[in-house]
Amino acid sequence: MDGEADGSVTVSEDSGRRRRVHGMLKLYYGLNEEGKTPEQPESLDPCDINGPHFDPELYLNKLRRECSLAELMDQETCMVKQIRSLDSDMQTLVYENYNKFISATDTIRKMKNDFKKMEDEMDCLSANMAAITDFSARISGTLQDQHTQITKLSGVHTLLRKLQFLFELPARLNKCLELQAYAQAVSSHRRARCVLQQYSHLPSFKGIQDDCHAIMDKLAQEINVVVRMDGGSSAKDLSECVELLLQLDEPAEELCDKFLSHARSRLESDLQGLEAEIRPYPSTSALKDASARRSSSAAPVGSPTDGSPKTSSLSSPSSNTDILEFIDRGCNEFVSSLCLVITSYQELFINHAQTGELASKNIPQMANGKLHAFVDDLAARYFSLVERRIQEEKGVGDNSLLVRALDRFHRRLQAVAKLLPGSAVPNQGTEIVIRAATERVKQYLCALQSFYMDSLTDVRQALATPRLSVAGASVAGGGALLGGPASGRDAPTSLPELLSSLSASILNQIKSVLASVHLFTAKDITFSNKPYFKGEFCSQGVRESLVVSFIKFLCQSSRQFCESAGDKGGSTPPALLLLLSRLCLDYETSTISYILTLTDEQFLVQHHSPVTPVTSLCAEAREAAQKLLNHYVKVQGLIISQMLRKSVETRDWVNTIEPRNVRAVMKRVVEDTTSIDVQVGLLYEEGVRKAHSSDSSKRTFSVYSSSRQQARYAASYTPSAPMDTNLLSNIHKLFSERIDIFSSVEFNKVSVMTGIIKISLKTFLECVRLRTFGRYGLQQIQVDCHYLQMYLWRFVSDENLVHFLLDEIVGSSAHRCLDPAPMEQSVIEVICERG
Amino acid sequence: MEDDAPVIYGLEFQARALTAQTAETDAIRFLVGTQSLKFDNQIHIIDFDDENNIINKNVLLHQAGEIWHIGASPADKAVLTTCYNKTSDSRLVSCAAVWRMPSDWETGSHESPDDSAHNPQTLELLCRLDDSAHGNAACVLWEPMGDGKRVISLADNNALLWDLQESSTQATVSSTATLEGKGQLKFTAGKWSPHHNCSQLATANDTAIRGWDLRTMSQIYCIENAHGQLVRDLDFNPNRQYYLASCGDDCKVKFWDVRNVQEPIKTLEEHSHWVWSVRYNHSHDQLVLTASSDSRLILSNMVSISSEPFGHLVDDEELSEGEDNHQEDNKEPLKDSVVSTYEEHEDSVYAAEWSSADPWLFASLSYDGRLVINRVPRALKYRILL
Repeated sequence: MDGEADGSVTVSEDSGRRRRVHGMLKLYYGLNEEGKTPEQPESLDPCDINGPHFDPELYLNKLRRECSLAELMDQETCMVKQIRSLDSDMQTLVYENYNKFISATDTIRKMKNDFKKMEDEMDCLSANMAAITDFSARISGTLQDQHTQITKLSGVHTLLRKLQFLFELPARLNKCLELQAYAQAVSSHRRARCVLQQYSHLPSFKGIQDDCHAIMDKLAQEINVVVRMDGGSSAKDLSECVELLLQLDEPAEELCDKFLSHARSRLESDLQGLEAEIRPYPSTSALKDASARRSSSAAPVGSPTDGSPKTSSLSSPSSNTDILEFIDRGCNEFVSSLCLVITSYQELFINHAQTGELASKNIPQMANGKLHAFVDDLAARYFSLVERRIQEEKGVGDNSLLVRALDRFHRRLQAVAKLLPGSAVPNQGTEIVIRAATERVKQYLCALQSFYMDSLTDVRQALATPRLSVAGASVAGGGALLGGPASGRDAPTSLPELLSSLSASILNQIKSVLASVHLFTAKDITFSNKPYFKGEFCSQGVRESLVVSFIKFLCQSSRQFCESAGDKGGSTPPALLLLLSRLCLDYETSTISYILTLTDEQFLVQHHSPVTPVTSLCAEAREAAQKLLNHYVKVQGLIISQMLRKSVETRDWVNTIEPRNVRAVMKRVVEDTTSIDVQVGLLYEEGVRKAHSSDSSKRTFSVYSSSRQQARYAASYTPSAPMDTNLLSNIHKLFSERIDIFSSVEFNKVSVMTGIIKISLKTFLECVRLRTFGRYGLQQIQVDCHYLQMYLWRFVSDENLVHFLLDEIVGSSAHRCLDPAPMEQSVIEVICERG
Repeated sequence: MEDDAPVIYGLEFQARALTAQTAETDAIRFLVGTQSLKFDNQIHIIDFDDENNIINKNVLLHQAGEIWHIGASPADKAVLTTCYNKTSDSRLVSCAAVWRMPSDWETGSHESPDDSAHNPQTLELLCRLDDSAHGNAACVLWEPMGDGKRVISLADNNALLWDLQESSTQATVSSTATLEGKGQLKFTAGKWSPHHNCSQLATANDTAIRGWDLRTMSQIYCIENAHGQLVRDLDFNPNRQYYLASCGDDCKVKFWDVRNVQEPIKTLEEHSHWVWSVRYNHSHDQLVLTASSDSRLILSNMVSISSEPFGHLVDDEELSEGEDNHQEDNKEPLKDSVVSTYEEHEDSVYAAEWSSADPWLFASLSYDGRLVINRVPRALKYRILL
């Protein structure tokens, strides 16, 4: 049966078979319970020869039913084979297991022997241990008493030592007092103080305590005396003393006051030293003294002012030390000792107290308040001194010194700021710097203004001296007009040169001032990064109150020339007016924008607040230029007018002789006009004039001796038609434009000359109308007018203007003539040619 | 509101002398004196008919010479003074005289207006204000608001106070004042102050203005360099006793408080040539008229230095309801300004005068003989009145 069951399994692999063999063995020994479970579903089959539910009957039936005989035979051999191999396997296994069991039995036996020996030894050990325990218990029992006694004795010993210290304390303190070892005394006393306090109800301790108190009081007094008397001792000594006193429970408030008052006395001596420097020293010995002190004090500073001893004696004569030296001294003496005081004070009263029991009594707050008041007070005095000193700094020569001084001043105050975070001192210091800076800007503005006025005076003088040569040149040019400008240019200092040198020197001055002011905003200066110096100083300070103000001043002062000189016209030389007018015009066209751009670039002005725009400044400059030029025209016109007026008013025109010459005055007028023309031509462009015919003088000549003119004279003869004269002249006027005499002129030569000639001729006309002429009087006027016509037309923009005015003059004088018999045109021409 | 167009009247001759007929307060009447060296000079009496905008003229002959200055008596309509030039032996002499118009000039002209040109009546000479020792007369000033008995003549550097007696047929010099100084000093203009009981006179010579006390004939103030150049004319503010206006060759009109002669209180610079005449309106002293040789006449409204700097103070009740518009206009005060520039003249304007009858009307005279009558713009007139 078994063989048949085995034969049904097709054995193909050796390994699979072996595993199955192991599995079955395990099954046999009941070792692997888990191994069963996966096989369970297969094993339900009763025909599985390896399954647990194998039913040989069923299996046999199944085989018989299904298989042929041959197959059954094969199955049988296979199964027999399998059964045989299974048998041999089982035999091997049994043998192996048997061997192992035998060796295990051997081992167990051997172990049994060994343990027996060990058991004996253990018994011996436990017996020994019991003996030891017994002994030890006995020993400790005997030593118990002695141990407690020793502990007690050592306690007594320390107590006795403490007591001894206490009893010796007064003597020790006295000794310390004698030796002035205050620190040691205080530390000793501190150690004993609590104990004494605790046992003060015992009379002996009380005595000691009283002694100690007495001594300590004495000590405190002595320290106090030291503190008070202390004149020469250092701040460190002082702070030590105060610390001791603090430990002695002296009232902190009093100590604060004492400390501060002591510090004050020393700081005040510093301040007095500073104040003494501000006061001018009258004697030279003081000077020497100062310089000696300086040389000694300069060394530790690192002598940053190498050239300053020279400048100090030159730049500020009122005090013998320069500002940098002064500030240095202030910083080194006052500020540094102030810082020292602050540090030690804070160390003593604030930091120290915060940890100790003093903190509860609001001591730090109180001390802090006192310190602030103290610092504020002293700083205020220091600041006032510094401000006084800065105000003495009037000379604008070297700005770098002031800036460096301010920088140092400001920098040193930062230390105070660090020490005293809440203090107003640094802000006040910054304010002082700001004030000094604005003051400086003001001074520069003044300097610029005075420089400008000085250079104007120079120009005035320069104009006064070469005036003769210019006039001479123009007189020579009177005949040959083309040569006029050339010869005018030969003058030693001509107008254009003066103009360019004036404007260049002003520009240079502005630039140098800007450079000086720029020091305030230099990167290495501590206060330059304050918001004020970044913003407002640049825009309001430098741009507005320096540059813009100066330009405005320039325009304003120019305009003042027009007003102050308006009355007699003599105070300002006309050439200066012309020059200034050109200067203002140049400013309008280029210089203003250049200066402002320069400023903006140098100072990186960010305009937070509204600033004066370039255009309005330009407009102002242009207005000034216009006003000056108008005034120039007026003044020059007046000068010529006065000549003409005098010449008309002072002559008896009724009883004059027949004209033989052009009057000298007319020649003078032409000469002056020519020289003015030259002068204006030096600074202003030619300008446009209306085209005139090739032979203007001839043409105009014929105009006013024309038939029309003759008709006018003729009309006045005939009594029947008195209206005709008026009619004719009115018609004439209807067609000519109204002439504004004192009107604005344009910025060119022709316009200026036209203005001057208009003024002169109109005056001539009005004067003629106030006079009465005889026959020869009229003829003289004719000659004069012809002469003027010959020369004046070339200066004006529209020659018809000259014609018209001269026509009016001759017409008016004909009207005012008792015996109007005009001169022959040819005779007039001859006379004029001869002249 | 359209303003009336100016009325223009042309004289045959050139003319400089113009005055309102001061004693006439009903009719608008101006007197113009001509300047002609060849013909008989005339005095034109210009009547202006305000309603019809028509001018009536009458001509009186002034045969003595060309008229440089004319003045009408404040008391007698028919009496006037002239300063004139006459030539004798090829010498020019300036004289002054008091004249009376013929009594029937008015009727005569109305009957035969065409004849007046050909056959004009002649002025009747009352007396000459001649004192050859005192030089050439520049102008004659009547005592303002007086009884027509006193005149001042300015001759070279003398101011002569005359008493007219026996219906102005006799004139005697009652007192004189002489301007002393180096050079040839000459009065160019003068004005008799209506204030202080008519005891003050202001004169101009060269660039200076001087005040005189007529009782002592001594100088009381002097404004040196009042103008940059010659002072041409003066006028007193009729309502403010210390206020004086002056004009001159520097194209400026200046207003002075004679108590402080250092600085003018106001300066106008509107003209572009010499200013020959300045006149305060007789009633509303903010209105100032200036005439200039730039052929322009300028009417300025100088509110700030007038006697009514805050405008006419009127109670609200006085304003009629129909004039609410003006009331609103009144709210903003008037400012000193040029009211108007009159450009009707073609030649230099040497004289301008307010009418004595109508305070809103004025005449100006240019050298070419053109007389222009203008009115204050109505808008301004109502603003001043209301």
